Amino acid sequence: MSTTRKRVYGYLAEFKSASALYKAAEKVRDAGFRKWDCHSPYPIHGLDGAMGLKRSILPWLVFFGGATGTLTGFLLAYTTQVGIYPTVVQAKPVNIFTVPAFFPVMFELTILFSGFTVLFGLLALMKLPRLNHPLFASRQFHRTTDDAFFIAIEARDPKFSPDGTKALLEQIGGANIELIEEED
Amino acid sequence: MSTASESSTRQGPKLPVLKREKLILNDRSYHWITERICGVIENRQPLLWWLLFIPSSIIAAIGVGGGLFHLVSTGVGVWGNTNRIMWGWPIVNFVFWIGIGHAGTLISAILFLTRQNWRTSINRAAEAMTIFAVCCAGIFPAFHVGRVWMAWFLAPIPNANAIWQNFKSPLLWDVFAVSTYFTVSLIFWYLGMVPDLATIRDRCKPGLRKLLYGLFALGWRGGNRQWSHYEMAYLLLAALSTPLVLSVHSVVSFDFATSVVPGWHTTIFPPYFVAGAIFGGFAMVLTIMIPARFIYGLQDMITMKHIDNMAKIILLTGTIVGYAYLMELFVAFYSGAKFEMDAFWYRISGPYNWAYFWMMGLNVLSPQIFWFKKCRENLWVVMAVAMCVNVGMWFERFVIIVTTLARMWLPGDWKTYSPSGQDQMLFVGTIGMFLTLFLLFLRFLPCINIAEVKWTLPESDPHHDDHHDHPDHGVVEEAAYQHELQSPAAKG
Repeated sequence: MSTTRKRVYGYLAEFKSASALYKAAEKVRDAGFRKWDCHSPYPIHGLDGAMGLKRSILPWLVFFGGATGTLTGFLLAYTTQVGIYPTVVQAKPVNIFTVPAFFPVMFELTILFSGFTVLFGLLALMKLPRLNHPLFASRQFHRTTDDAFFIAIEARDPKFSPDGTKALLEQIGGANIELIEEED
Repeated sequence: MSTASESSTRQGPKLPVLKREKLILNDRSYHWITERICGVIENRQPLLWWLLFIPSSIIAAIGVGGGLFHLVSTGVGVWGNTNRIMWGWPIVNFVFWIGIGHAGTLISAILFLTRQNWRTSINRAAEAMTIFAVCCAGIFPAFHVGRVWMAWFLAPIPNANAIWQNFKSPLLWDVFAVSTYFTVSLIFWYLGMVPDLATIRDRCKPGLRKLLYGLFALGWRGGNRQWSHYEMAYLLLAALSTPLVLSVHSVVSFDFATSVVPGWHTTIFPPYFVAGAIFGGFAMVLTIMIPARFIYGLQDMITMKHIDNMAKIILLTGTIVGYAYLMELFVAFYSGAKFEMDAFWYRISGPYNWAYFWMMGLNVLSPQIFWFKKCRENLWVVMAVAMCVNVGMWFERFVIIVTTLARMWLPGDWKTYSPSGQDQMLFVGTIGMFLTLFLLFLRFLPCINIAEVKWTLPESDPHHDDHHDHPDHGVVEEAAYQHELQSPAAKG
């Protein structure tokens, strides 16, 4: 009597090892799918290539984050020490030539800002945190953080078809194929 | 991604290669690793855990809680710091604890960049140790400012007096270095733990536990579209933490080296402090990991190979520290500078020379025993040396700070120093606090990096079973270790 409508999220198929997952990923990539992912308990070396993923753009974000940190450190030290509150200590100059004394602070703020950019940039790129996900409704998906290897192909993918995708997963060696549904 | 090197066959004869010792013993499976590490959290804690936890937490409560309450309500006069020996025990303890932390970052960052895969079994606990050691360290300078409620004056924010901090002072650099170190280490530690928190989440029954682990796991699904960014983030954090860890103790050493005090004003200080920090930190890693390994049965993951490697690092850094001590002495006497010579002569022959000889003996001589493989393999010996180094590194900071300040330029400044009971109570309290935090970490968080340890298994390589495609196929492996050479199986 439930009135909630279910929508198909996609198929989940298990593979027996890292190498089986790797070979299957190459075939799914070659079949032209876009909305799919490989799930494994640890990062698998070379799987990015087998899935056709591009290199992460995170280093660029961190570069700009770090540069912001350097600039912040410089401006903070320079405006306060030379601009608004010139302090003569140890007979050091209060002009541009005093900047080498600010290097440690500039360096530390570069690292600090880069560190925060890694944290928040990573979360944004991974689209996390999120409280729930259709895959968590699966009866076997919890094993992916233990010892199981899965491929999930989403129904949003234009190449997805209920029968064809299932047949593909079977053909490339997928076991325990499960249709995942989400609440609409 | 298929490149020429993957498909080509290697030219020339296949020379035999030396066997690599396995990082995980007894051919354990992925599931066994999950069970064993999560079991530490999920099973009842052994009696020994309670026997350590209860006294540690009482010591922490009395030493740090009570000690600081008494300090703040009475004033910093309760400490033994006197005029001229203003820094006294609080700064000795600060430098001691901040140094302990360095091994954690070395293991997690520098050994990652240099592809030392043995780090995977010990990096989580070592990083936790870093965080807790920096927490202990932070107490001392914060209260050493005298009026702790004014500690916010350290931060460069506009205040009512329109006075800004002196950005040319190493003391302010220290504020930036230590706070950045703590923050970045925390980010590194937490991000490294996210996949493992997801592992625990997926094993919990629905309830509060699952909710809490789930919240901190951020909804991790182990998808390669996540791993791809995650690994990049990990690499970036390692690359950022490497110069950071070298900078932190360098900046701490600038507190001394940029002053014009005989005995401190030397250029050798930054590398000498960094080597000493790594040295002391590894000793602390061994001190806490050897018992933890036994209590929770982690011998297949933290193997004798790991302990051997750490013992070798202690030998190396201990020898560097010994070189620095001797070079410091040599340069003092070679310089011909009267005050510099007197400062060092005072260390050797003055009233604190017992501290100097403890420092030399414990830090320089005791690790030399690790030249012998038998000693690196005997855990009692390893533990004894680690304890020697823990104590010796504390004496090093005592020698540097107290003996130098006790004998400055003018005879009118010369004083002797002895710590008060409050000093001792607070220091013992921080040891209790460190142990309490570490025991809570063992109780609630995965103490070994589950995902990374799985990654070191041979079958984690996707080309593990493509024997014939692999360029190393058919290469003869030769025994590399004594026990393999002696065993009959290796001869065949």
